[in-house]
Amino acid sequence: MPIKSYLVHPNLGKKQLLHTALSQIEQCEVIPAENENLLILVTETQNKTEEENLQERLSLLKDIKLMALVSGFNTPKTF
Amino acid sequence: MYESLKTNRRDFVKKMAALSAMTAAAGMFPGIVFASEQEKGIPANANLDWKKAPCRFCGVGCGVLIGTENGKAIAVKGDPKSPVNKGLCCVKGYHSIMALYGSDRLTHPLVKKNGRYVQTTMDEALDLVASKMKETIAAHGKDSVSIYGSGQWTIPDGYVASKLFKGCIGTNNVEANARLCMATAVTGFLSSFGLDEPMGCYEDIDHADTFVLWGNNMAEMHPVLFSRLLDQRMKRGVKIIDLATRTTRTSMAADKSIIFNPQTDLAIANAICYEIIANGWMNKSFVDEHCRFSKGLTNMGYGLEDNYAFTDKPEGISFEDYKDFLEDYSPEKVSNLTGVSVKDLKYLAAHFGDPNKKVMSLWCMGMNQHSRGTWINNLVYNIHLLTGKISSPGNSPFSLTGQPSACGTVREVGTLTHKLPHGVVANKEHREFAAKIWGVPVENIDPKPTYHTVEMFRALDRGDIRFMWIQVTNPMVTMPKLKRYRDGAKKEGRFIVVSDVYPTPTTDIADVILPSAMWVEREGLYGNSERRTQHFEQMLEPPGEAISDTLQLIEVAKRLGYEKQFGYKEDTHIAEIYNEYRRHHEGKKHNLAPLEVLKSQSGALWPYVDGKETKWRYNSTYDPACSNGKDFHFYGNKDGKAVIWQRPYEPAAEEPDADYPFWLGTGRVVEHWHTGSMTRRIPVLHQSMPHSYVELHPKDADRMQIKTGDKVKLTTRRGEITLPASVNERGVPAPMQVFVPFFDESMLINDITLDSFCPISKEPDYKKCAVKVEKV
Repeated sequence: MPIKSYLVHPNLGKKQLLHTALSQIEQCEVIPAENENLLILVTETQNKTEEENLQERLSLLKDIKLMALVSGFNTPKTF
Repeated sequence: MYESLKTNRRDFVKKMAALSAMTAAAGMFPGIVFASEQEKGIPANANLDWKKAPCRFCGVGCGVLIGTENGKAIAVKGDPKSPVNKGLCCVKGYHSIMALYGSDRLTHPLVKKNGRYVQTTMDEALDLVASKMKETIAAHGKDSVSIYGSGQWTIPDGYVASKLFKGCIGTNNVEANARLCMATAVTGFLSSFGLDEPMGCYEDIDHADTFVLWGNNMAEMHPVLFSRLLDQRMKRGVKIIDLATRTTRTSMAADKSIIFNPQTDLAIANAICYEIIANGWMNKSFVDEHCRFSKGLTNMGYGLEDNYAFTDKPEGISFEDYKDFLEDYSPEKVSNLTGVSVKDLKYLAAHFGDPNKKVMSLWCMGMNQHSRGTWINNLVYNIHLLTGKISSPGNSPFSLTGQPSACGTVREVGTLTHKLPHGVVANKEHREFAAKIWGVPVENIDPKPTYHTVEMFRALDRGDIRFMWIQVTNPMVTMPKLKRYRDGAKKEGRFIVVSDVYPTPTTDIADVILPSAMWVEREGLYGNSERRTQHFEQMLEPPGEAISDTLQLIEVAKRLGYEKQFGYKEDTHIAEIYNEYRRHHEGKKHNLAPLEVLKSQSGALWPYVDGKETKWRYNSTYDPACSNGKDFHFYGNKDGKAVIWQRPYEPAAEEPDADYPFWLGTGRVVEHWHTGSMTRRIPVLHQSMPHSYVELHPKDADRMQIKTGDKVKLTTRRGEITLPASVNERGVPAPMQVFVPFFDESMLINDITLDSFCPISKEPDYKKCAVKVEKV
């Protein structure tokens, strides 16, 4: 049941497009920086398969220049 | 109910994940703004008035901006201009304003009559407090009245408390809860350097190559600062080494986690020093020029008996003596004792010994709440002094604090029994200096300290103290061996006044409860861990008849006949008090910034000299107080030298045995601030962490057939308590150890802890006692 957060660096001039693309993925929440070329991405998946599918989808987004994992919480079932 | 809790906890984790990323982003892009997140929940048509303040909670001192509208705080965000947090907050900071609006805020004074609390007016309550003080002093003498404050006192609160009790009444019965958390850091600094507080500042984080965390769960207790470490790792590849007795979120995020046996950090630090000398890593020219060697008394005891007294007797020794002493601490000799491999001990030493690495040591309660706490503080300074890695950017032994003004109020104003704002009561010149500024006869200030915190509560139990005024702290949750002190406070012939914002187990023992104005409901100043003094203005009206602790003290002082000393005007009293207080610290060693400067920016580091902050004390490149013509000047000591101390390993006061085979340690969690009296009234935080628990190692749990949620009974020689188990969840203690957070007033773990303390600092050791663990 992982919840992860990333710093997402878009390609130049593609921040808004990438924001829109990420927002359309069900497992993603996006927080854009107002004054820098940076997005924060928080993902939430239910299991390993869903996580792998999400990673594959993200890897296909060509407007991502760099994506850095900041935190990962593997929430216990009691949550 | 369960589904609701489940949803809320997942939301909370998501928020934590987002905050971690925002914190990391702020490190990379100072001033970055995430307006949509920060302003989420603010009504679209809000017309907010944003004003700056330091955060109400921990000692990091993050700058926040508080948005108010129509007399209510409705939004909070990190202040991008603050050099401390660069626009970010932790989860507590982001919810801080909600702590103002709990449904059970104390709004009117309450007086206990025939066992029941009766509402009264503030005037009548203050009259009663003053008359009880007079009556008690007349019947039992001036040392029968006392005040117990905290590191959450603003600077003006602590200053007027000290002036009233020490300067006017003439008793040194002034203590604060920082005795329970920071007193050891103070005695560590004083014995090594002659002056309190860190030589460096948070900017060291931007320069250091290696961070050694000594028993310090920064990821949960100082998350914003920890994010600055993580950011430096992303940018520069710095190393983070977590040296701890328990695996925590900090361990998981660190490059290396080293688990050691409780109390043996003393041996580890000496082993590092042994390796530094044995491998020729000592900075000989620095040591020859700027250090001397000393030893003190050993086998000091643990303060378990009433009226325990100890005074160290320093004795100079040679470098050769010190080197011989370290022969018992080679990695090979201490590996078994410490539980740390020879390889890891050498790995640690090599980081300090590498001349091309800048090293920052960080610590908090692990080293300070320690029955040999002053010693372990000294030993970490030894490492930095032997290698010359001190007082320069990135080379910094740094003691973190847990309260917003533990430094600013308790340590700098000096609200401890032996202290004055400048110096100590035992020093005649210091007494004369304080008396002159306070406008009192010097004879008023008693040269003899009275009771440190544990002994003050023992004195209340014995009846030596009859009146105690407790402000902005919750000792009926935090005192070790709590039952004795709770029973003592309830005895006949005791009169307890409690000033607070919410009902707590401490207000439960009060004869008079005074409602206090909280944080930005009054004007004030805090001083954080890095010597930064920060001002905040009054932004809101306090509820009902609540007034600030400063005004409560002033009003009582006037009723006691000290109108002359407390003749401040209501509109300007904070400025008048701060300007008066600044006079105690005039000079290049501790000058405080003018109030106008503090109002215009996110605080300023002291010493503030000729319009400039001093970022690195004792280094002549940065510190105008250095006057010996050399590169470094440890001017706190008369000879200008820092002290390298010979301090041995000694066991804890109580260690596991056949009857009580486990170690018990206590501590905090990220969601709650200390005793939870504020954060447990913030719904999202309370729901995320609704109650306390006991963490066990999975192997112990397996052997005892204990699962998460099972009831577990903990028994010590002081009593017993039952808590739900936590196995392999947030933190994992080492085998045969258990850990319990202390925030939960419905599960008072301090009923069973031990009141042993460091004989030099008198700070209790909450991290170590022996306990029996049973499945219920």
